[in-house]
Amino acid sequence: MSLLEVENISVFYGAVRGVSDISFSVEEGEIIALLGANGAGKSTVLKAISGIVRLRSGSIRLGGQPLPAGRPHRRVSQGLVQVPEGRHIFASLTVSENLELGGYIHAKSARARRERQTEVLALFPNLQDKLNQLAGRLSGGEQQALAIARAMMARPRVLMVDEPSLGLDPQKIDVVYDLLADIARSGTTVVLVEQNVALALELASRAYVLQQGTVVLSGEARALEKDERVAAAYLGGAPAAAAVG
Amino acid sequence: MQLLVGEIENGIFLGAFFVLIALGYSMVYGILRLINFAHGDFYMMAAYVSFAIFGAVGISHLHSKWPVVLVVGLITMIATGALAVLAERLIYRPMRRAALLSLMIAALGLSQVLENGVLNIPAWGSQYRTYPVTSSAAGTSILGTQFTYAQIAMVIISGLLAVGVYYLVGRTLIGKAMRAVAEDRVAASLMGVNVDLVISLVFFVGGALAGAAAVMDSLYYGQINYLMGFTVGLQAFTAAVLGGIGNIAGAVVGGLLLGIVESIGTGIFGAEWSVVVAFGVLVVMLWVRPNGLLGERVARRM
Repeated sequence: MSLLEVENISVFYGAVRGVSDISFSVEEGEIIALLGANGAGKSTVLKAISGIVRLRSGSIRLGGQPLPAGRPHRRVSQGLVQVPEGRHIFASLTVSENLELGGYIHAKSARARRERQTEVLALFPNLQDKLNQLAGRLSGGEQQALAIARAMMARPRVLMVDEPSLGLDPQKIDVVYDLLADIARSGTTVVLVEQNVALALELASRAYVLQQGTVVLSGEARALEKDERVAAAYLGGAPAAAAVG
Repeated sequence: MQLLVGEIENGIFLGAFFVLIALGYSMVYGILRLINFAHGDFYMMAAYVSFAIFGAVGISHLHSKWPVVLVVGLITMIATGALAVLAERLIYRPMRRAALLSLMIAALGLSQVLENGVLNIPAWGSQYRTYPVTSSAAGTSILGTQFTYAQIAMVIISGLLAVGVYYLVGRTLIGKAMRAVAEDRVAASLMGVNVDLVISLVFFVGGALAGAAAVMDSLYYGQINYLMGFTVGLQAFTAAVLGGIGNIAGAVVGGLLLGIVESIGTGIFGAEWSVVVAFGVLVVMLWVRPNGLLGERVARRM
């Protein structure tokens, strides 16, 4: 049984189709990537899993159990935690307050939150010295690290990360990707959404390629790296990539 | 000089009420970007709720009865908080995706519903009603100006409530959740924050503070009227804008400052000019410094 099973989900924004009939599954401890151009529906899939958008049809199961219909905060207590695109850190709050909010579902115990914060900061030593800074003052790379650290505070069973490389220079991207590799190695399952296909295929074990709201290709990352269609669309030819968008 | 000190002291007393009401305005604005024009009418409703409870209990002298007054005050705070929560649940929440202007118009509508609702209750009606309990006239002189003990207690209670709100929003986890929701509702929900519950709580706190202000105000002035929330509401709104709306410290600074300006203004021009002074401040403020005195930190909205 897979940890996370997404079965034939469709999402509409009004009359406009966001995604249709998407299925994939994620094994415990695995990193999978959802790839595709801007507007392919990758973020919509994460939003559906987080409960930000409603399913028109289909179902999502976590650990074999169907997710209860409901608002996003319930999904977080189930262990489905998302790092949204664009980071969405709380800029006017301090780094430490951001982390504390990440541990919000452990609302009953301040001690549990502090212990978790120590564990999380071990993975993010750079944030340690900046705990009392306003999060809005951090650099882009630090903000992305904070967004991931904040999500880790909730002890996710599945960590969903939406476009972590967006707007970062290559050096910072490496740092963020190393972090994600560490997180996966420590046993957290990761669902990664990326436009940067080459980068994502290096990290993930499997990937699904989305185009106009449906899955058009899927398989082992190693195989997809060599797949001509992926290469044509994303890794090499600029004209083809434009056509896919 | 002595006169000025007296005006400032009186201004602080007046401002203490503005602070309590402005906090509710400011917190709701911070979290929903809504200027809740019905907020002053929550205050008015609180006066009538406590009027009814006092009527039912049947006491008339505050001294020696203060524990009863305290209990009635607390019940009124809870009732007014509940009224604010109900208003959010029934009116503002279904409109959350609507344009802010629609929400503001709905708030004006609610204000009219509450005012005319009270007007049409025979026992309340359009006349000024004498509040069943009035605070005692015993007092003392502070820096040469006479104040009643009740006034001093009211300023202290307002101060404690304001400090309580400051602590709630600044230090507690639920307060941090309020600030998170104010800044980015979706991101807060992705942290596991129940956004609806947090918004309800903000309305509750705002309503409860208006309730406390209404009971104290009525105890002191001894009269209530169905339109009493209108002017006070706008004055408190002015105070919130003056300090920087959406900002807790701003509501406190703005409330006290408006109280003092109004007190000095009426000292110079006469009491009939008090409202003119208040709204003069609003107009000037919107003109020279629309973000309010603490406006640089407008990002730190709550």
